[in-house]
Amino acid sequence: MAIKIEMPKLSDTMEEGVIAKWNISEGDKIEAGDVIAEVETDKATMEVEAFDPGTVLKILVDEGDAVPLGGIMAIVGDEGEDIKDLLKEAEGANGDSSSDDKSDKASSDKEKKKESSDKKEFDPILEGVDSGNGKEKVSDQSDDDGRIKASPLARKMAEDKGIKLSAVDGSGPEGRIIKRDIENYKPAEAKKEGAVQMPSFASEEDEEIKISQMRKAIARRLSESKFNNPHFYETIDIDMERAIDARVALNEISDVKISFNDIVVKASAMALRKHPEINSSWLGDTIRKHGDVNVAVAVAIDEGLMTPVLNHTDKKTLQQISAETRELAGLARDRKLQPEQMEGSTFTISNLGMFGIEEFTAIINPPNACILAVGAIRDVPVVKNGEIVPGKRMKVTLSSDHRIVDGAKAAQFLNTLRTMIENPLAMML
Amino acid sequence: MAELQFREAIRDAMDEEMARDEKVFLMGEEVSEYNGAYKVSEGLLDKYGYKRVIDTPISELGFAGIGVGAAMNGLRPIVEFMTFNFAVLAADQIINHASKARYMLGGQLNTPIVFRGPNASAGQLGATHSVAYDSMYAQFPGLSVIYPSEPDDAKGLLKSAIRNDDAVLFMESEQMYGLKGEVSEEEDYIIPIGKGKIKREGDDVTVVATGKMYHIAKQAANQLAKDGVEMEIIDPRTIKPLDIELIVESVKKTNRCVIVDESHPFGGLASEVGFLIQREAFDYLDAPVRRVSLPDVNAPFSKPLFDLWLPDAKNVIDAVNAVTYRN
Repeated sequence: MAIKIEMPKLSDTMEEGVIAKWNISEGDKIEAGDVIAEVETDKATMEVEAFDPGTVLKILVDEGDAVPLGGIMAIVGDEGEDIKDLLKEAEGANGDSSSDDKSDKASSDKEKKKESSDKKEFDPILEGVDSGNGKEKVSDQSDDDGRIKASPLARKMAEDKGIKLSAVDGSGPEGRIIKRDIENYKPAEAKKEGAVQMPSFASEEDEEIKISQMRKAIARRLSESKFNNPHFYETIDIDMERAIDARVALNEISDVKISFNDIVVKASAMALRKHPEINSSWLGDTIRKHGDVNVAVAVAIDEGLMTPVLNHTDKKTLQQISAETRELAGLARDRKLQPEQMEGSTFTISNLGMFGIEEFTAIINPPNACILAVGAIRDVPVVKNGEIVPGKRMKVTLSSDHRIVDGAKAAQFLNTLRTMIENPLAMML
Repeated sequence: MAELQFREAIRDAMDEEMARDEKVFLMGEEVSEYNGAYKVSEGLLDKYGYKRVIDTPISELGFAGIGVGAAMNGLRPIVEFMTFNFAVLAADQIINHASKARYMLGGQLNTPIVFRGPNASAGQLGATHSVAYDSMYAQFPGLSVIYPSEPDDAKGLLKSAIRNDDAVLFMESEQMYGLKGEVSEEEDYIIPIGKGKIKREGDDVTVVATGKMYHIAKQAANQLAKDGVEMEIIDPRTIKPLDIELIVESVKKTNRCVIVDESHPFGGLASEVGFLIQREAFDYLDAPVRRVSLPDVNAPFSKPLFDLWLPDAKNVIDAVNAVTYRN
């Protein structure tokens, strides 16, 4: 019997995948476990394996095209098999359906579900009297099947204005999106890509670039962070002389090269242990202080940036941090990072020192409370014992989510961090 | 404009039509010598005599049948019931004959008859004397149902009803006969059957209410206005045919609707309006349509229970708060 190959969920946040490459063609015979395609998700390019053997009867999606989760990518079965029904289904599932009966069925199934849940509230005897008592509970906006609740009017208004309902917070009962939510919606607060104003000028040299899955994810996550989390920034200047000496000494005996970044990562992890409020996440109703310290390191790659995570960073040696960072950065550049290698961070460090950037501010990497932006080590004149002498300084800037962290707490963390880096021996305590 | 009581507006309508057309006559219990159980027909006997203002025995089925027969033979009877609660005894004549004769006889004759009288509850009268029949009669093809809320509507619509060539049920209320209101002094003042009226303009919610319930809605509107909520009240005046266009246009503006219905909930005016709104204005709704109606319970005699049973302004305010997400 013919079976459909559906877009699998390859990462927690994935909503669709782009077929980066097909390894099969129609007519090919495949075995279970064969890598049939490479799929670009919001995080990485992943391999998709076949679960069942058979002949590839139909490939439904071209390379470069996106398929929603569960969307049908291909059909596998016995040669010459009738796959008309599956093709029909595929049209429906992939959202460009011309066949009505399928979508009717889907919606009537939904109706059924809706009806049965409505039934609980319906009391045929008291209907009418009690028309005002419908105190519907205000809670999460989508129900179990992930459907977004919106009044018909709100749906229509959102469609007319090009607003994605998923980007709007509902203020009605059970999170229902209602008229006022659409009226009050500001595109700047977009959780996902909203309507974008096209510039009125254009020249022939302009180039329109298709937005990659990674770009979309960056755009969505960072917009959400910058616009929803109230950021504030604190910069501290760190004397690097002892860290420079320590690094030279360490590298004389270490078989892996220790970088300044490794030292900053290690010192941050240990400082986070002492300041758990920096190592936290905003969960809406509560703030979670994480038990583990998992530092993510921002890695620039051609298409964007990735933030692989060093788990239990505070418990790792400088050598382990160095080796692991190198390995993860390499995987990131090759787009080979696995989703789990990018999940679970509690703090992020972004270092642009190698580009000579003196200082900068970074956007918090959700769900972290803070991110540390590390600048270059500069030769600067410093005053020591009343005399101007050459010194080595490095500025770091902490971006904090003010919902979780207050200015004094951030300052205390930065002071601990400075003490660690200025006295590398302190890290041994 | 003249300020008239509801009963005077009805009498004037009958008087004018009887003067205009000698085929029009009134009959019912106590309508003649006693000038009507509620003094609606006051003065008509003196003016038109026993031949056209006729007292009947307490026999609703009998005199309703006489009325239907007279209508089939070319007269234009107005049959007054002391209340529509008693007209259930005449239901066979209304439902099976007045509404169906023209249809079953292939249009060979008409039934230009008006059945009128008080409808629904009027305080502690017990379960059998407190039923609202407007929605029930609206079920039957061939019948028009009018349930006005103010003297002006009553006058213009009763004149239309008397001139209508098919059967009309014209519903009043014991509790509204003394209600005063401005009535048009326009000569031959006619309000067409099936035309609703926006009685109060507002942007926040459409409230549909007619008959006695219109006055409940008005009370609620006055209270809500203090909180800055502006109700638009639409009085359809005619239950059937229903002016759904007027209601839909209003809902398209306010995006919300509450129907105040004096009937029990199942299959009443509110159900019909609610259904039509979801079909005709689906994309304009910002909240589920709500209704305020009687519960599915017979009228209690006890005063506290009766007050609980009958829709009041508080019920309407609660429903408006729900559809405007104010609670």
